[in-house]
Amino acid sequence: MDGASVSVRGLGKRYGAVRAVKEVGIEVRSGEFLSLLGPSGSGKTTLLMMIAGFEMPSEGAIRIGDRDVTYVAPNRRNIGMVFQRYALFPHMTVADNVAFPLRMRKVVKAEIARRVTDALALVQLQDFGKRLPAELSGGQQQRVAVARALVFEPPVLLMDEPLGALDKKLREQMQIEIKRLQQRLGVTVIYVTHDQEEALTMSDRIAVMRNGSLEQIGSPTELYDNPATPFVADFVGKTNFLEAVCQSCNGTGLEFGLGQSGFIHLKECPPNLPSPPRPGDKMRVAVRPEQIRILRPEDSDSPPLNGVVEAVIFVGSFRTFLVRLAGGELVHVQASTDHGIAHPQEGDRVGLTIPSQAVQVFPERRP
Amino acid sequence: MRAKPLAGSPFGGRPTSAQEYGPGLSLLLVTPLVLLLVGGFLYPVGKLFWGSVFVPEATFANYARILQEPLFLLVLCRTFEIAFVVTALALLLGYPVAMAMARVSGRTAMLIAACVLIPLWTSVLVRSYAWIVLLQRNGVVNNALIETGLTGTPLRLLYTQGAVIAAMTQVLLPFMILPIYSVVRNIPDDFVRAARNLGAGSLQAFFRVTLPLSLPGVTAGVLITFILSLGFYITPALVGGPGTLMMSTLIGQQTTELLDWPFAGALAAVLLAATLLLVIVFRRALALNKGFKLG
Repeated sequence: MDGASVSVRGLGKRYGAVRAVKEVGIEVRSGEFLSLLGPSGSGKTTLLMMIAGFEMPSEGAIRIGDRDVTYVAPNRRNIGMVFQRYALFPHMTVADNVAFPLRMRKVVKAEIARRVTDALALVQLQDFGKRLPAELSGGQQQRVAVARALVFEPPVLLMDEPLGALDKKLREQMQIEIKRLQQRLGVTVIYVTHDQEEALTMSDRIAVMRNGSLEQIGSPTELYDNPATPFVADFVGKTNFLEAVCQSCNGTGLEFGLGQSGFIHLKECPPNLPSPPRPGDKMRVAVRPEQIRILRPEDSDSPPLNGVVEAVIFVGSFRTFLVRLAGGELVHVQASTDHGIAHPQEGDRVGLTIPSQAVQVFPERRP
Repeated sequence: MRAKPLAGSPFGGRPTSAQEYGPGLSLLLVTPLVLLLVGGFLYPVGKLFWGSVFVPEATFANYARILQEPLFLLVLCRTFEIAFVVTALALLLGYPVAMAMARVSGRTAMLIAACVLIPLWTSVLVRSYAWIVLLQRNGVVNNALIETGLTGTPLRLLYTQGAVIAAMTQVLLPFMILPIYSVVRNIPDDFVRAARNLGAGSLQAFFRVTLPLSLPGVTAGVLITFILSLGFYITPALVGGPGTLMMSTLIGQQTTELLDWPFAGALAAVLLAATLLLVIVFRRALALNKGFKLG
């Protein structure tokens, strides 16, 4: 099966005075895995419901392939969907659930039997056809939901937090399985989640939603390395935010002062800023915890930033150091666990350096 | 028996009622109800049934009489016929109301709930008299029919089987609506959405998903309505005529007018046996839909 493109233009949804979705435009390429990422209330589920046809948009248009489906009934859109709680019909067996979309399409009996078997084999549940959904585990129900959504070979598959009810281990396993399945079948997937790690793992592109608007859309690395707004920087991955004042801006780069804590030096003006900051401008500087290098006082004479280690958290493959800067800010620093090498301890004085390209700079107030 | 605390209890280890009440206290709590059941139901009904066979001497003459006199079998059949029609009508009229109650919200939901509940809170006697006012010779319905020219002379509406069925259906409707409503309300929207998404039109989604999932409520509503109809007394007595005599009216006549208690006992026993038989058959027929739960 081939995926179809999905085009959402100027899409909005009002509930009385509340605007749940505001003029969202997204072009999903055919065969792409696109995640709608955002906190609850950001409008991502409403957007998905409009694409599925369960909610009528207040404005804008939705196209699937070259067909305008804005006002098409949900049963005529030919979109697969996996619901948050799976929504398997409790009074039908697994096989009847999977056969349901084929029966609705009046596929002949022998063909239904063959395709149901194939679909259940696809999710490795070939022996479970005669069971009722209530007799399956959460992970198995999830697979049945996927089989049911794919059995009629829809060009587009919508998934509404499909892994939210599973425990962490199973969730990670299912993420990989779903991603593999999607690549093998070439179906276009629009995947709603509030879990940024899940979005980073699975997606070709991520659309970050906030308060009903599209905040940023891009590949996982784009969002992680070049967040357009502090919200994206904060929501996708972990970030340290530091209040800083621009001190100089000239041919040799920019320098931001952090009061008593020290300074941060950038080689060039960050591309996300509309205009280069002027000396005296207040800015927010964002740095990922794993980008910061931690130095012992003996390694460096005058490190740009100075602080004291307040706590060391061991997380297996890496350690997180909580460093209190001289000016009072608390910074998270992440370093991989090197066995045998001594690392700073609680109470140690340390220096911090930040590579120039790892720093994001945002205006103090949103323009 | 005391159950061990559940590790994953959502109530954070708060004891369940099984733990809170020991066997002694549990017994104490059900005792009043058991006494009431024995003293107020089992004893008098048992005495009635006993009397139907052993008073004045051991004989099945009372039961033989029911079988021999066509009137009694006719009344029994009519009672079941009326109960069937009333239950079917209540289901047809009540199901959409229950659906609407479950789907709408806010003021509309309150309005519908009031329309269902206020009649339920009103005395059956009052509602039956209301039907008399509506259906009598120069009542509201006849006047309307004459004024619109649909009929020249007043129709005989009251004291007919139709009047009995209409009044009983109206009186019993809440007992059909409420159980269906409580089940339909708990069917997650996602089931219907999933059906629509998978290619079902709204009618198909209803018949293949909503209706089967609402069957437990339908079963409860149908059973309650049917059993209540079989034993209905006031409404048929008030709006019905001699041609619509039902079992409970017949039993009433035997006890209060003819003072033939043994025969009344036999009639009651036959009605009870027939009711139980039908309930069992009905539950068997619907047992196929058991074995799944929502969610």
